[in-house]
Amino acid sequence: MNIHEYQGKEILKQFGVTVPNGKVAFTVEEAVEAAKELGTKVCVVKAQIHAGGRGKAGGVKVAKNLDEVRTYANEILGKTLVTHQTGPEGKEVKRLLIEEGCDIKKEYYVGLVLDRATSRVVLMASEEGGTEIEEVAEKTPEKIFKEEIDPVIGLQPFQARRIAFNINIPKELVNQAVKFMTALYKAYIEKDCSIAEINPLVVTGDGKVIALDAKLNFDSNALYRQKDVLAYRDLEEEDAKEIEASKYDLSYISLDGNIGCMVNGAGLAMATMDIVKHYGGDPANFLDVGGGATAEKVTEAFKIILSDPNVKGIFVNIFGGIMKCDVIAEGVVEAAKQVGLSVPLVVRLEGTNVDLGKKILAESSIDIIAAESMADGAQKIVALVK
Amino acid sequence: MSVFINKDTKVIVQGITGSTALFHTKQMLEYGTQIVGGTTPGKGGMEVEGVPVFNTVKEAVETTGATASVIYVPAPFAADAIIEAVDAELDLAICITEHIPVLDMVKVRRYMEGKKTRLVGPNCPGVITADECKIGIMPGYIHTKGHVGVVSRSGTLTYEAVHQLTQAGLGQTTAVGIGGDPVNGTNFIDVLKAFNEDPETYAVIMIGEIGGTAEEEAAEWVKANMTKPVVGFIGGRTAPPGKRMGHAGAIISGGKGTADEKIRVMNECGIKVADTPSVMGETLIEVLKEQGLYEKCKTH
Repeated sequence: MNIHEYQGKEILKQFGVTVPNGKVAFTVEEAVEAAKELGTKVCVVKAQIHAGGRGKAGGVKVAKNLDEVRTYANEILGKTLVTHQTGPEGKEVKRLLIEEGCDIKKEYYVGLVLDRATSRVVLMASEEGGTEIEEVAEKTPEKIFKEEIDPVIGLQPFQARRIAFNINIPKELVNQAVKFMTALYKAYIEKDCSIAEINPLVVTGDGKVIALDAKLNFDSNALYRQKDVLAYRDLEEEDAKEIEASKYDLSYISLDGNIGCMVNGAGLAMATMDIVKHYGGDPANFLDVGGGATAEKVTEAFKIILSDPNVKGIFVNIFGGIMKCDVIAEGVVEAAKQVGLSVPLVVRLEGTNVDLGKKILAESSIDIIAAESMADGAQKIVALVK
Repeated sequence: MSVFINKDTKVIVQGITGSTALFHTKQMLEYGTQIVGGTTPGKGGMEVEGVPVFNTVKEAVETTGATASVIYVPAPFAADAIIEAVDAELDLAICITEHIPVLDMVKVRRYMEGKKTRLVGPNCPGVITADECKIGIMPGYIHTKGHVGVVSRSGTLTYEAVHQLTQAGLGQTTAVGIGGDPVNGTNFIDVLKAFNEDPETYAVIMIGEIGGTAEEEAAEWVKANMTKPVVGFIGGRTAPPGKRMGHAGAIISGGKGTADEKIRVMNECGIKVADTPSVMGETLIEVLKEQGLYEKCKTH
């Protein structure tokens, strides 16, 4: 799960990470009011969307007085920002962070992330602040320093020190940087983060180590024990169909194509998208109905697929293991009745109770095209939507 | 022969009184698996499906002589269940549970260092040795005894591969689902090594997906060590970057973990990769014929 920068900073502050003073604003008036309260000479107006690259897209402006705050807030609020992370459709700005300006001497990168190869959390840092870490990794990998963290003892001061010296934090600020990284690690662990990125971390003219930006992502499997993090969820930043699907424990992701896919199992669902594409089609979604799908869940899945106006045909691909094909078939028939199927439907059933499932489909009054295999089904649906 | 489990493996079911566990206990018993006990804290002394229930894994192991466990415990308690199995010095713990917080698994992996237990999963369908022992949730009837090993990050794609093999007359030794999570116990290389050493396994199908670099590492290992043909498939060629495709581990991040990169490395390392999921079996047959192993692998 993603949250906004200002929310991430609120969390980090609780753990003792130094962040600039700031306030969230939903309207231009609130923005001006927030700047007044901050009372600093310079303040920064920052667009709050769930995507990086905001600065380059014109979503971050430095204001030297209240009039400028008003002008920039007016300009940014309601604007659709297109960054390399938003996709071509961009994201509309609905919140601003008004933050005190600071005298930046140098920018760094510090991040915590899970290293799958070692099954450990890794602290990563670089002197190249403000640049994306992926870019640094590609162009100048020697400038990235890493410390693997033992989960039993956590991040040790010597490790944080070693990082601080390696990225050339000024000597007199090393202790402050160590405190910063230790606090960041604590937040990462206690809040079940999956990513905690501070880019840039800055050293200021008055000798402070500050998180100028903050990107926190959370492990969705751990949200049951992170109620306060869950409260930060901004549904407006998420796809409406994905939200609807999550209510029914369906794993759904919107894509650009016109062939709706309904599959059981994440691997098979991915592979189904691949095979549709292989035969020249374009999947409209990824959808895993899971192993314990009921007729009701299948119905909901159908409704979600059909709520996408781009969908010109549906391909159901089921390998019934523990999930029985007759249950799926009943769900498909029920759903087709309820939603009034208006597009071609190709169904491939295999596995447990497959004959019973096929019989239910054949005896229903619904126009269903049966497929013998995955490849057969994919070819049929691609031909039908052409 | 086979890998990890066979007809003599004695198994306990952790969380046996839950509805999913009960259902699968029955299925496993029907397949012929020796389920000798189960655990649910507070329900010791009960009996379900003719199987005795214990309060703790240690007690279950001491009483029944089990060497393997299968875990159906809900996600918030699953890490504890794995650690309990490791503490009881079982040879094998197979964790079916999905949605375990990843930092829990980081701790589990640290605890397991230097311990004897092999963990398979979590978030996996389990392990099956055809006609001998089924531990997990896979449909037993699609499997036939033979000489092909299957290892996969995805449950339903494993079924797809096994089904294709059986239809084509190629039986299997063991099918191992290593699970779709970013931090798991047994990895591709562990299973490939076991297949390499198993005299009954003549060839292997390896099924990966986007996210991480486990397939690339496995491919390098195959190139350096494997004496048997390996064919592969990678799911998620068309998956968009930055989105989690169902499995917690299936995500392309920072340009890493793409299907194309995995396929490129696998090809380089001599692993033929099936173009589509529906030709995994056919691709293996082609390779077996090239290497003169087809007749040896054909079982029915």
